[in-house]
Amino acid sequence: MGRYVARRLLQAIPVFFGATFIVFAMVYLIPGDPIRALNGERPISESAQAVLRDRYNLDDPLVVQYAKYVGGLVTGDFGETFRGQPVWDIIKEKFPVTAKLALAAFIFEGVLGLLAGILAGLRRGSFMDNLVLVSTTFIVAIPVFVLGFVAQLVLGVQVGWFPIAGIQEGWYSYILPAMVLGSLSLVYIARLTRTSLVENLRSDYIRTAEAKGLPRRRVVGRHALRNSLIPVVTFLGVDLGTLMAGAIITEGIFNIPGVGREVFLAVGSQEYAVVVGIVTAGILIFILMNLVVDLFYAVLDPRIRYE
Amino acid sequence: MSWSKRAPAWLAVLFSLTLVAAACGGDDEPEPGATEPTGETAEVTGGEWSMSICEPESLIPQVNAETCGSQVLRALFTPLVQFDQDNNVIFAVAESIESDDNVNWTITLRDGYTFHDGTPVTAQSFVDAWNWGADCANAAGNNYFFGPAGVNIVGYDELNPEECPNRPSREGLSGLQVQDDLTFTVQLGAEFSEFPITVNYNAFYPLPESFFDDAEAFNEAPVGNGPYMMDGTWEHDVGINVTRYEDYGGTPGNADAVEFRVYADLAVSYRDVQAGNLDIGDVPDDQIANAETEFGDRYVTAESSSFSYIGFPLYAEGFDDPNIRRALSMAIDREAIISAIFFDTLTPADDMVSPTVQGYREGACGEACTFDPEAAKQLFDDAGGYDGTLRIWFNNDGGHEGWIEAVSNQWRQNLGIEDIEFESMPFARYLGLLDEGLDDDPATEGVDGPFRLGWVMDYPSMQNYLENLHGTGAGSNYTTYTNPEVDDLLAQGKSAGSGEEAISLYQQADDMIIEDLPIIPLWYGQVQQVTSERVSNVVYDKFTFVDVAGVQVVAE
Repeated sequence: MGRYVARRLLQAIPVFFGATFIVFAMVYLIPGDPIRALNGERPISESAQAVLRDRYNLDDPLVVQYAKYVGGLVTGDFGETFRGQPVWDIIKEKFPVTAKLALAAFIFEGVLGLLAGILAGLRRGSFMDNLVLVSTTFIVAIPVFVLGFVAQLVLGVQVGWFPIAGIQEGWYSYILPAMVLGSLSLVYIARLTRTSLVENLRSDYIRTAEAKGLPRRRVVGRHALRNSLIPVVTFLGVDLGTLMAGAIITEGIFNIPGVGREVFLAVGSQEYAVVVGIVTAGILIFILMNLVVDLFYAVLDPRIRYE
Repeated sequence: MSWSKRAPAWLAVLFSLTLVAAACGGDDEPEPGATEPTGETAEVTGGEWSMSICEPESLIPQVNAETCGSQVLRALFTPLVQFDQDNNVIFAVAESIESDDNVNWTITLRDGYTFHDGTPVTAQSFVDAWNWGADCANAAGNNYFFGPAGVNIVGYDELNPEECPNRPSREGLSGLQVQDDLTFTVQLGAEFSEFPITVNYNAFYPLPESFFDDAEAFNEAPVGNGPYMMDGTWEHDVGINVTRYEDYGGTPGNADAVEFRVYADLAVSYRDVQAGNLDIGDVPDDQIANAETEFGDRYVTAESSSFSYIGFPLYAEGFDDPNIRRALSMAIDREAIISAIFFDTLTPADDMVSPTVQGYREGACGEACTFDPEAAKQLFDDAGGYDGTLRIWFNNDGGHEGWIEAVSNQWRQNLGIEDIEFESMPFARYLGLLDEGLDDDPATEGVDGPFRLGWVMDYPSMQNYLENLHGTGAGSNYTTYTNPEVDDLLAQGKSAGSGEEAISLYQQADDMIIEDLPIIPLWYGQVQQVTSERVSNVVYDKFTFVDVAGVQVVAE
């Protein structure tokens, strides 16, 4: 197991370099001069532009720029925005916010999704099952920003249960956006769990377990569920990455200062240091999450062994 | 939130009336009571309130050239001069700004202003700040303002050579000389009678010595000389909190504390005002009708100095004949577009300058800006029409698609131009392309059709619009329009003895430009905001900034 983990971590290194270089190159290839656009329609003197271009290595060829950037990374310097703000500060401030939002959405969709899926799977064909199927179809049909605006309007403005913008009220501010963000994934988890459970409940080993006289709870809880959860756990692992990226829209609607919004704005102003910095951190998190998910398989299915 | 003891309401009203009366005084004398340093603490109403802003790019006044940060800087700093509701000059930190020849100016400061760290505001504070801004090595956003594109202080060229040295120059601008603690002189490169108006802009704010020790730290928590001081640091993308500065040299701010809350999407701020979480917010276009019904007189609009236009690339083929340009302008039904696409939140333009500056004349543009499809068609055909594909250029990240399409439909319908194409791209590239049209490099062509742009004034003067957009070789003159008579009139205006003289000369230049029509004036902007019931006395200046010190908290 230890060697497996070590191998996976080593594999992460070329992934890291490859991905960061691709992102770096993509930002580099965006046409337009970010320095000239700093002042908008107002003029900016040639010499001032020259100073800034030199400071950010914008006149160097792509490979040289990348090399200088990685050189800085190794010493812990994530670079600066064109206005002089250290990118590390941005990452330090924004990532925890998005992480909290993603985590809240994750818990919401995980708990509710599993619950709905299990209930539907156990009582196939019942009212509960049909309720879950219909409501999930309904949610999936509504675009996330419509859901967000309606939730904001009804639950935030009219009824006043939740704050509608910002993160001033601590964890409470994250509830509404987390529900909106997790809504789509909740649908997938519910349906995935339901289908998986239904399929497993019909299999031979379950029939054997019931024939042996095991209580229903043990049959379902210890046997059927553990097998049913494997595809769901796979989805959850991928979903965390999606949550962190897809938070852009939700962060915009609810005015949450996270990395999704930050990356979107940075691409627009071609702030390569910000884009690459945030994406790199995101990649690392994603790699780690997937490692955890893979290790979790071994817990769920004893037949899976790593060496 | 804790509340300070509230003064009785009648006292607040009396105090406000005194301020209003004092502000409506004469032109060049110091206004008694308005911004003189007061020894005792005047009555203030207390309380805390919040308003929406967009995320600033920088809080260093010499660097910041956008509106988000400028709103905050107005609370943290007080400039040499301010303006009243009619754009007359009120002397703030400056006691007087005088000159005999419109070239050499003596600026005398009032005693009593201090920075938030207790150090006094002296002539050196201004001179050091302006030198820092003008030095190319600092790459300050407002660097251009000190040079020929702005007020043109002597010594600018030495600080901005072609190859900028890495370290800031020790020399500073040779045109700035400190005479004593409260006096310094400014030597300009050419006569400019309106120089006192320009020094309101943030490029000319003073800086404390602590700035020069650590500019980065200053950016996170600026130390200014204004009625409010930083409470904590700038929380990026979250907000900026300020509290009243008790030793302020002028009239103290009414509220105890203000929160500038950052919104990525200003439309969300509208919902927050609805929900009761925010005191001053913005109104998205599609909510304007609702806002008026829901908020009543808490829905406020303020004229902005923004001026939108369509420019003609005079270096490209097909636009030489002013009649073609006039025909294209007369074929646009501005009112219809404003009503259908902008929900009546704009005003059709009828002059080359905005109504917010003195000297603007209603209807100055005359026929050229009046919708008359038949006359336009006649003019267009008589002039020979336009051959080939008409390409309209704009930036695709400013929400312009709707009205540009409307304009193209009107041109198609009213002038019979069959072939119209759109060329749109992100702003950075768009600006780069427009810049290419200005250079002499035959390899770069710029644009080949009408292009959309806008202008917001740096200071309230006709000259700011006319010279920057139409002066020969000016930095924002993307049409490459050049008319020596116009240049001459503008120069005469800048050296004119009095404001009225200058304005009359600018108006003559304005008329000539209207006659030539290198651009099509489209419309003037305004801002729409809503306020909560908790605040009153929300007043906007001509730059559409809220007067932060004046806002009063009236209820819980």
